[in-house]
Amino acid sequence: MYKKANAGHVGCSLSCLEMLTFIKFELMKPEDEVILSKGHAAALLYSVLAEAGTLSEKDIETFYQNDTYLSAHPPVNKIKGIPFATGSLGHGLSLAAGFGLANKLKRSDKKIYCLTSDGEINEGSTWEAALFISHHNLQNVVWFIDRNYLQGFGRTEDTLQLDPLDKKLESFGFEVTIADGHDFDSLKQSVATFKHRKPLAVICNTIKGNGLALQNTVDCHYLPLTEEEFRKLTTQ
Amino acid sequence: MRKEFAKAIIDISKANDKIVFLTGDLGFMALEEVKAELGERFINAGVAEQNMATMAASLAYEGFLPFIYSISPFVTLRPYEQLRNDICLHNLPVKVIANGGGYGYGIMGGTHHNIEDIGTMRILPNMKVFVPFTKDDVHTTLQQMVLDPSPNYLRLNLASTQEGIATFSQWRKIKKAANKPKAIIIGTGTVTDNLFKLPATLLDDVEIWLLSKYPVYDIPKELIDSISEIKNVITIEEHQGQCGLHETLASLLLKQLTTPIQYNTLFASGYPSGKYGSQQWHLEENNLGGKNLEIKIKEFISK
Repeated sequence: MYKKANAGHVGCSLSCLEMLTFIKFELMKPEDEVILSKGHAAALLYSVLAEAGTLSEKDIETFYQNDTYLSAHPPVNKIKGIPFATGSLGHGLSLAAGFGLANKLKRSDKKIYCLTSDGEINEGSTWEAALFISHHNLQNVVWFIDRNYLQGFGRTEDTLQLDPLDKKLESFGFEVTIADGHDFDSLKQSVATFKHRKPLAVICNTIKGNGLALQNTVDCHYLPLTEEEFRKLTTQ
Repeated sequence: MRKEFAKAIIDISKANDKIVFLTGDLGFMALEEVKAELGERFINAGVAEQNMATMAASLAYEGFLPFIYSISPFVTLRPYEQLRNDICLHNLPVKVIANGGGYGYGIMGGTHHNIEDIGTMRILPNMKVFVPFTKDDVHTTLQQMVLDPSPNYLRLNLASTQEGIATFSQWRKIKKAANKPKAIIIGTGTVTDNLFKLPATLLDDVEIWLLSKYPVYDIPKELIDSISEIKNVITIEEHQGQCGLHETLASLLLKQLTTPIQYNTLFASGYPSGKYGSQQWHLEENNLGGKNLEIKIKEFISK
């Protein structure tokens, strides 16, 4: 998709590829929702939805083209599996909080999985949502954080230091587990140990652009795949 | 209008278990009974309006009818992107309730005023803006809002106490001229009430209309006919000059009028002296009330 579109944000999708795959195919029941708050990884979301049978190969071919529903960030069109358009950072956890509150009021078992980047934790709205989720003990919301330590124009710790992120989230009232975001067993373990006393936040240590020559650099946030990288990735 | 709003929302909630009311930590001496009536469906979302607005979008997606409430700038301008992206782009029925639009919070100062609310709200996709005038308007407005499957904005203010005002509708003629009118005055919101405080001799010479709902796509034939005949329009709004009543109306008049007219506008200029006072003090400073309004109206009808 990225190669055909000559589009950027490849590294952003590769960073959370295993996380979203795990959420969609291991954790989610049909009635559950996932909010991809880091909407710039939309291609990954579309791929996962295609794998799940929600989008077709024909749909996928339209990604990034004119006259498509599959814009570079998830669209408004209410594609099944995409309840809300995202892309402006810092909205996702509030969307999840609203879903969590709604389903608490409905006495429903529906769960809401929210995948945010680490950079968007800069947004004040993320902390507003964290306060709300914690205060109302919305354990039907599970927050996965793609902790790749890179954001739009530098490293997270050089921009607005987040560490110790686990302690910050714990002080906000979350149960925090830490996973290797590229390892399915580790991801599985991170939710298996959930004690169900507080809402769960899973900090997933990841590598932006995992597998690319430019991995772990800001470049892989923006630059499209080169021919060489494309060949390398597709033969892996 | 706060008390009327509280009473109306309680009445409506009794028959509608989908209503969820979120407040941004406001409602002291106003919403206590609403809280008691709604129980767990009344949420103090805290001083966190961005989160409140976005959560309301998800609640609406899940089939609830969420109201979000605060002082006007806090529930509109602070979470503006949340209103646009999460609520309006998705055309979800979230009801934005703003206490004290315009200079409603008076001496509280500029941070608590909102003379940009109608403009900023009416240009959002799918949003409908309601600007009630009387206490009775509040209940009627809320009934319309509950039935509307789109986002709505409600500007609450100090209600007019004029008797005999027609039931809430987008356009209303609220006063006939005793004499052949020298001007048609078109107002939006409760500032229009200040016209009724003008000397009777002046009032006898004007016909007054209200525009109480946006967007607006046309002007009623009766009003267009009056304007075409009198050829003198005065607008009055407790709102800044851009994107409010007079610009909206001007674009419609350009489409619908066939004769040239005088077009006189009265609007909020902000803080001309840099000083603060009551709502009425600000209105008078901006030629929207008191002697200054009288002078302006006299000037406009004698042209």
